Amino acid sequence: MDIRKIKKLIDLVTGSGIAEIEIHEREEWVRISRHGPSAPAHAVFHVPESAAPDMVARASLTAQPEVKAKPEFEGHSITAPMVGTFYLGPSPTSPPFVEVGQRVKRGDVLCIIEAMKVMNQIEADTDGAIAAVLVESGQPVEYDQPLFVIKRG
Amino acid sequence: MLEKIVIANRGEIALRILRACREMGIKTVAVHSTADRDLKPVRLADESVCIGPAPASESYLNGAAVISAAEVTDAVAIHPGYGFLAENADFAERVEESGFVFIGPRPDTIRLMGDKVSAIRAMKQAGVPCVPGSEGTLGDDPDENLRIARDIGYPIMIKATGGGGGRGMRVVHSEAALLNAIGLTQGEAQAAFGNGAVYLERFLETPRHIEIQVLADTCGNAIHLGDRDCSIQRRHQKIIEEAPAPGVSPAERTAVGARCVEACLEIDYRGAGTFEFLYEDGQFYFIEMNTRVQVEHPVTEMITGVDIIKEQIRVASGEPLSYRQEDIVLRGHAVECRINAEDPTTFAPSPGTISLFHPPGGPGIRLDTHIYQGYKVPPYYDSLIGKLIAHGEDRHAALMRMLNALTEVVIDGIRTNLPLHRDMMHDAGFRAGGMDVHYLEKKLGLF
Repeated sequence: MDIRKIKKLIDLVTGSGIAEIEIHEREEWVRISRHGPSAPAHAVFHVPESAAPDMVARASLTAQPEVKAKPEFEGHSITAPMVGTFYLGPSPTSPPFVEVGQRVKRGDVLCIIEAMKVMNQIEADTDGAIAAVLVESGQPVEYDQPLFVIKRG
Repeated sequence: MLEKIVIANRGEIALRILRACREMGIKTVAVHSTADRDLKPVRLADESVCIGPAPASESYLNGAAVISAAEVTDAVAIHPGYGFLAENADFAERVEESGFVFIGPRPDTIRLMGDKVSAIRAMKQAGVPCVPGSEGTLGDDPDENLRIARDIGYPIMIKATGGGGGRGMRVVHSEAALLNAIGLTQGEAQAAFGNGAVYLERFLETPRHIEIQVLADTCGNAIHLGDRDCSIQRRHQKIIEEAPAPGVSPAERTAVGARCVEACLEIDYRGAGTFEFLYEDGQFYFIEMNTRVQVEHPVTEMITGVDIIKEQIRVASGEPLSYRQEDIVLRGHAVECRINAEDPTTFAPSPGTISLFHPPGGPGIRLDTHIYQGYKVPPYYDSLIGKLIAHGEDRHAALMRMLNALTEVVIDGIRTNLPLHRDMMHDAGFRAGGMDVHYLEKKLGLF
């Protein structure tokens, strides 16, 4: 669960009449509650020990905390060469270009990054197998952000 | 009011813009290169987006990446700061075409003022006094060029139309040297700016650099915020600036300010801007207009109480200026010292880690800087790491406060030009005021 999602949830609670909301996503959950109409929303969330991203215990609305992906996967990182929106497949209804475990060759299209209405195909720069997919489809990515880990060979 | 702004810059100006946004309740997005992940405004912004590797050409000058960052963060506007893409008319146009607000003038205005010849023509039409010149780019006819030069009078400066900021210029003292010099300058201009067009201007031997700050909104209002004296320069880079300019009478100031305001209204100017003049023998001569917020804007803020960045944002969101001309009163005197990460004698850049940083304080002291103890000054960008500003009830008080602050401030781990500034505060010529643009270089023995 990433910090931007949690921020959006906090905004949702603050802007609506909801007093408390709890969301479960796989092994993680978040509870956001507000006591009184003008009180700021308070977030508590649980991240299992084995989860990859480091998360700050308190979601702060003022400063952006550092969210660093711990490279728990051995292999070669494919990073974003540009800013844009990441898509795993050529269209919302199509299957993704690649999946974890799939073998790829240098030059194979792994994903699309959409920037200023242009769909840019991102290719593998090495042969190997997809060890991890680090970003969800539809998420924004910044330059140099790790997208995939490929186990070479 | 704009809800979310992308700050398309770095260093102290990015922090300055961020602070104005926070004051106004506007969400901030800091775009940055891989080298600037630990930049103070990047850490403080509500969101940050890495847009490219360290080299500016691939990050801060990458217009497409900046606009993409605005898209993925659902920002509403982009503030370009100064330098980088701030005066790039094509970028401003793309920003607007992509559906974002460009915090600055209209792209057409940027284009008009970016071409120095068309800028001068527009200013002449608006009644702003200009340096006697060729009033157009030079053609290929050598006899015609010699005649034009004779009309202007020697010494003459050959300037590149696509240049500006002190680049692309050559001085000629006699007719014999003119034609060769024109050819050389045209060649250099073509190589440096992709535009070999040049024009001529009378060269003023001992001018002062005095500029007028203006603000204009989209509701038909334009005002000026007085003048600044930026004559203390080295290689056309300003080192110390002050407001108001010593020795300029209120009547002179009001007259030239009014001319600039009229020019703004004539060209339908939008936002903050600065009219740069050479001032000699009591005469103002327009040389160029900067269509952005300037580095030295704090000295004007200190003597007028106006927050120029907030006004820029207000204008960009369609609101009228917060002030009318009669509200603008100049109080006291302000001086700014640009602190550069460089060797104080050789001027070689000095990047590295700031091991100890102790800021100065006290009444009338303002320090605009992004540095902090432990911050690593990267080697990829210009050397400006901060601006120390002092305000006092008169020029003497401002200089004393500046001197105090310069002796209190500590920046260790890198070399800075603080020793040069301390020297200048003690310098008799500088203390007297009214020195011309060659003063610092003569003092440093560079002339």
